[in-house]
Amino acid sequence: MTALALAPGMSRMARAGIRVILLLAALIALVLLMPATEPFFHWLFPGLQQPVYSRASFLTLTLSHLGLVALSGAIVIAAGMAVAIAVTRPSGAAFAGIVDTITAVGQTFPPVAVLALAVPLLGFGAAPTIVALTAYGILPVIDSTVAGLRSVPPPAIDAARGMGFTRGERLLLVELPLAAPIILAGIRTTLAINIGTATIGSTVGALTLGSPIIEGLSGSNTAYVIQGAIVVALLAVTVDQAFAWLDLVLRRHRG
Amino acid sequence: MIRFENVTKRYNGTAVIDDVSMVVESGAFVTLVGPSGAGKSTLLRMTNALVRCDGGRILFDDDDVAKVDPVALRRRFGYVIQSTGLFPHWTVARNVATVPKLLGWPRPRIAARVDELLAMVDLPPAEYRDRYPAELSGGQQQRVGVARALAADPHALLMDEPFGALDAVTRAALQDQVARIHKATGKTILLVTHDVDEAVKLGTRIAVMDGGRLVQYAPPAEVLAAPATPFVAALFGGDMASIRLLDVTRVADRAVAAEGLVPASAIAAEATLEAALARMLAEHVEALAVTGDGPPRVIRLADIVRGGR
Repeated sequence: MTALALAPGMSRMARAGIRVILLLAALIALVLLMPATEPFFHWLFPGLQQPVYSRASFLTLTLSHLGLVALSGAIVIAAGMAVAIAVTRPSGAAFAGIVDTITAVGQTFPPVAVLALAVPLLGFGAAPTIVALTAYGILPVIDSTVAGLRSVPPPAIDAARGMGFTRGERLLLVELPLAAPIILAGIRTTLAINIGTATIGSTVGALTLGSPIIEGLSGSNTAYVIQGAIVVALLAVTVDQAFAWLDLVLRRHRG
Repeated sequence: MIRFENVTKRYNGTAVIDDVSMVVESGAFVTLVGPSGAGKSTLLRMTNALVRCDGGRILFDDDDVAKVDPVALRRRFGYVIQSTGLFPHWTVARNVATVPKLLGWPRPRIAARVDELLAMVDLPPAEYRDRYPAELSGGQQQRVGVARALAADPHALLMDEPFGALDAVTRAALQDQVARIHKATGKTILLVTHDVDEAVKLGTRIAVMDGGRLVQYAPPAEVLAAPATPFVAALFGGDMASIRLLDVTRVADRAVAAEGLVPASAIAAEATLEAALARMLAEHVEALAVTGDGPPRVIRLADIVRGGR
């Protein structure tokens, strides 16, 4: 009976898992086999001398791109969650408004402008890109963490206090786990946005999947633009679906 | 033992708890009853320092609750609230194990204790241990809540309207269960309710509160027979209090020595007068034989009607 009742949830989770594996397989195949697509792009754009981007391998570009997103993501998650936890404690509540304003400004500031401002300070390359991605990505994480912590059922918090949890135990054992699905939704948004936004890092010399796109745009090579864009899009969809699966895993016991 | 000494709590200058003094003896089952806003929940939450005293003090086993570490203090109480407060991301077993885990008990001891408690609240461990709260009915959830409160063998239980959200049948079953647990374990229990019948049924003493004041603190029979104020009389139903009194008085208290013919129907000496009256009505008789030790006794309709005089 129990197994039967759980079956629909299990199969949804399993289907989501299979989807992630298929997307990942497609992504890896595309990245590794890009040089083999030359005849196709040659047929599509007969006028081009070099129809497949080859200044760096797509594996190098993808790993470097992911590295930038992962590093900025780690900073955003650590800093964003820390700020959100601080402003939801009674002692930090006074700062909630200021934090809201600052992060909202960070979000409205175009990443290109952040890049332009960061280059004189940090030079060309990965550093200004990470600054731009961090400034741009922190708002969804702070917002979702605050919303998640505020969504924790008051009886659960009352019970935890009444049974003698310390503040730290309450946060780690009750509040964060119960807020996790909502926090995860914010992280998912941030990573999806940043996978796309990281491409502009190539305008200041960072190695990303934006490199073929930007070179394609400046050199009127549409094939390069398509190659870079497809890999970026597939990467974003794969990460997004991985989070969709994780969300189902986290929610499987909630009523 | 819990001792309240001139306890006062003010919010914005208004006293929500006004100079309350009472002693809850070890092993007592005290029901706190009164209308909404009477301060009964606040008084309960002051007992484990969830709410601080503005005046007076509360002693728990001779410790001033304002002067000990609140976290350690709260782990010495079991705590049950109306909406169960079960942790939805944890299994039933993990929920019951909450305080033992905080206290760092070894794993085998926790597992054994969890099974013992689930059995005590009539949830077969093999069937319920690994379920999640969302898969349980309201009554089952509150059984888990009671088991969780008892887990670390606390000195006392604090229960804040634990059965308020349950249907009448489930509520009665849980009341019986808590009464049984109280008898079996001898734990001190403080239970907040706005249900007068629950207060009478469960309490060895009733604390009646109104507007932050303790207006009467006495055993149920005394509250019903001799209400301290018109408010208490009205709360316990005016003339209906006489009917409630039948439920807290034993047949043995009113039985008289048998003279002449002994009635055919019999009732146990420890049964309530309510049960005796129900039997008389059902069998259209005015007297019942009383079973029990000692010389033969009977209880007559007149013995019930004359009251305690």
